[in-house]
Amino acid sequence: MDFTLSKEHTMAQQLFRDFARREAEPLAQEVDEMHRFPRETVDKMARSGMLGIPFSKEYGGQGCDTLAYVLAVEEFAKVCGTTSVILSAHTSLGAGAIDRFGTADQKKKYLTPLATGEKLGAFALTEPEAGTDAAGQQTKAVLDGDEWVINGSKIFITNAGEADIYVVFAMTDKAQGTRGISAFIVEKGTPGFEFGPTEKKMGIRGSATRELIFIDCRIPKENLLGREGKGFGVAMGTLDGGRIGIAAQALGLAEGALDKAVAYVKERKQFGRPIAKFQNTQFQLADMKTEIEAARWLVYKAACAKDAGQPYTVEAALAKLKAANVASDVTRRAVQLMGGYGYIQEYDVERMMRDAKITEIYEGTSEVQRMVISGALLK
Amino acid sequence: MNIVVCIKQVPDTNEVRIDPVRGTLIREGVPAIMNPDDKAGLEAALRLKDETGAKVSVISMGPMQADLVLREALAMGADEAYLVTDRAFGGADTWATSCTLAAAISKMDYDLVITGRQAIDGDTAQVGPEIAEHLQIPNISYAEEVRVEGGEVVVKRQYEDRYHTVRAKLPALITALSELNAPRYMTPGGIFDAFREKQVTVWTRADVPVDDGNIGLNGSPTRVFRSFPKTVKAPGMKIEEGVDESVQFVMDKLREKYIL
Amino acid sequence: MSKEYQGVLTFAQQVDGELSGVSLELIGKARDLAKDLNTQVTALLLGSGVRPLAQTLVEYGADRVIVVDDKALDTYTTEPYTQAMTAVINQYKPEIVLVGATAIGRDLGPRVAGRVHTGLTADCTKLEIEPQTHAFHMTRPAFGGNLMATIICPEHRPQMATVRPGVMVREIRDAARQGEVVDFAWTAEENACYVQVEEVIKKVTKKIDIQAAKILVAGGRGMGSGENFQLLQELADALGGEVASSRAAVDAGWQEKDRQVGQTGKTVRPNLYFACGISGAIQHMAGMEESDYIIAINKDPDAPIFGVADVGIVGDLFKIVPKLTEEIRAYRQQQA
Repeated sequence: MDFTLSKEHTMAQQLFRDFARREAEPLAQEVDEMHRFPRETVDKMARSGMLGIPFSKEYGGQGCDTLAYVLAVEEFAKVCGTTSVILSAHTSLGAGAIDRFGTADQKKKYLTPLATGEKLGAFALTEPEAGTDAAGQQTKAVLDGDEWVINGSKIFITNAGEADIYVVFAMTDKAQGTRGISAFIVEKGTPGFEFGPTEKKMGIRGSATRELIFIDCRIPKENLLGREGKGFGVAMGTLDGGRIGIAAQALGLAEGALDKAVAYVKERKQFGRPIAKFQNTQFQLADMKTEIEAARWLVYKAACAKDAGQPYTVEAALAKLKAANVASDVTRRAVQLMGGYGYIQEYDVERMMRDAKITEIYEGTSEVQRMVISGALLK
Repeated sequence: MNIVVCIKQVPDTNEVRIDPVRGTLIREGVPAIMNPDDKAGLEAALRLKDETGAKVSVISMGPMQADLVLREALAMGADEAYLVTDRAFGGADTWATSCTLAAAISKMDYDLVITGRQAIDGDTAQVGPEIAEHLQIPNISYAEEVRVEGGEVVVKRQYEDRYHTVRAKLPALITALSELNAPRYMTPGGIFDAFREKQVTVWTRADVPVDDGNIGLNGSPTRVFRSFPKTVKAPGMKIEEGVDESVQFVMDKLREKYIL
Repeated sequence: MSKEYQGVLTFAQQVDGELSGVSLELIGKARDLAKDLNTQVTALLLGSGVRPLAQTLVEYGADRVIVVDDKALDTYTTEPYTQAMTAVINQYKPEIVLVGATAIGRDLGPRVAGRVHTGLTADCTKLEIEPQTHAFHMTRPAFGGNLMATIICPEHRPQMATVRPGVMVREIRDAARQGEVVDFAWTAEENACYVQVEEVIKKVTKKIDIQAAKILVAGGRGMGSGENFQLLQELADALGGEVASSRAAVDAGWQEKDRQVGQTGKTVRPNLYFACGISGAIQHMAGMEESDYIIAINKDPDAPIFGVADVGIVGDLFKIVPKLTEEIRAYRQQQA
């Protein structure tokens, strides 16, 4: 069992690290403070093929794998939580759904521009009344001739307004319950498809989080993604992959915070010596490091299972549950180790702590992950 | 058009530290990178490829681990890569290095040869012009801008206080400055292909048509007599006071030294 | 072999009929070497209509000046200059050849060394004749300036070295000095290595010569922005000096390259060097550590620059520099 990254994964990791440091890091504070979507970074990522990492070359992707994609999300998260979620929501959710469930024609038409980075993707499942209870979809889609007509709304959608292509879930047969949900591909600019105002959030503030509003929005019949009534499976299947991405984001946030804390404690002197010399500091750092490494291997393992074509639902849940916990814990400890400075925006860790919290909530709360894991144990 | 770019794997000398106790260089853990001037040269070649469909080959003379820097070049978009490696080539000064590289390049089809101005470990800026001399082609150094027009290369050649616009018939050699451009990033797909789909052709002693008298340590007119770390100047006084005290301190020193 | 090759030859670089400073510095150093070798200093002057400069070279210490005056040598291009210099070397067989490590010298030097099949050592900071063996020792920084290496060229002749401007010291000009001026006959041979210079464009910006300044106020990454360099300009103005820059600030676009001090910038030896917000990377220190008096201001007490500074101020340069400028102005006002 070889736990070292291959040469190509190592070089890719170095690429992501250099790119994130040079392009995303300098903007991170401003993006957070101004709640600004870092469009210029996203455009640069597109030009360097970073929006299509795991997708096949046939559809304009880079032909790499999930592990390479995970390394990318991780490296971005180390310096900017916002940029990493933009990448993750686009790749795992928006493009990921079409990659896994789309027809060849749909992939050619929609996956290709997503994979080349020409367009940005998003995924719209959550509704005001349907969060963890995702099956409680109220958005409706009715077939009218050659078109589906969508009515309803979605909230808390990442990349909303910035993305061009949306995978939207709606109830097509209420009587069937979970088996009455279907998935659709909707393009921005379609009449009847509007956006609500941008939410102001605790963290990942530069990520565009908005409501989607559908009022008699008509889309071609061909835009049904997967089979009618199979939408719930599309959602859950896609979210399994998304969870690996978020787990990578959480891992990166924790690592970024640890790096800041380590640099700080070596410099900061109190009582005549660097606080790194105090055992409490040392023990805190040891615990933080241990947690990060534990999370790391769950994340990489889930990615590798997906790449190997093995089942990865439980692996993804384990990874996300653990990494999100670790992110919240490690970032909070980093702030504490850095004391007053840790509370100041300029020192970054307070932002990482605010960014970390959402990893326990979106794409399946930690409670949902526990349901998945215990469900597998108690089968 | 065929472009050959010479690249070198170098330690990132910006990251090198001096051991404070022994005064020696700490070489461990120093990352190896593609020499920045060479990377600019490669980027210039790749832009010409984008514009004209030229074929870009990269070549490096070095130990086996220089393979990594060639893969990086492939990941950026180079078409072919050659590693010239052999213990016989080791210890070469700029004469022997340039003879070896020129001999290797003479086996290839080339219209334009691009080298970086200088490597950040050797800092000589000699290998490029010397290769041109061995190949008996014109060289234009310190290229700040490059374009190719119908069988000729036109270069904005940098001097301290001016530029020349210089034109030469191909085949020619230019040396690139890192100011020439901002090199592109590799792409993830390019990296995977560089390792999984592409080859680095390895040329050893037998593959390079160069005289024994011109290679390696024995073929080098110059050699290192000795190397030593720079003498560390004894630190002067250091004060950590408030703003007013610090300013007064400096004023006193400036008066003392008759600067004021 | 050593008897066949004699004398120290320096390349007297001229541009537009003006001798470059380094040409004079090389003669200064060549005189030291020639003394140790008991031989003479010859300066090689290439150009078109440049013969009058020969007298200046003699006044700065050349025992002999070889002039190759030809239209083909008017504007510098590699091949004609290489041909001319090679012809002179082959005829006069100097033991040592010194060339300035300039944009010209670093192109001409290697091309000539290649043609003549000899060794060339670049960017030498120290040149000496070893007293016992009479070997020519050429010392230069390597590894990005982290290490010094002494290089020898035991078998091949001439032993060639390039030297950076501002490193060696020129002799005092002596109008009474006498020397021989030789007109060397040479015909250019146009060949495949010829290039055409289509245009010469001089840089329009005022030529800042930080190497000539006696006082430099330099800024680095710690300045934070190009605008903040205004603080340094004000201090420099108050002191009658110039603003200089580390590589980091030039790379960030805050300062022009002609103000860059360091391994890949310029070597300076002012009377006073202020290093503000400069951490002191080896590459930077290599360019300024010979300054007479170094004052460093940095908020990081462990910044390597403090190792080379005569006075180290740990503090906030944004508070200290303006206050210092104010104090200096007030002091000058008082003195006036």
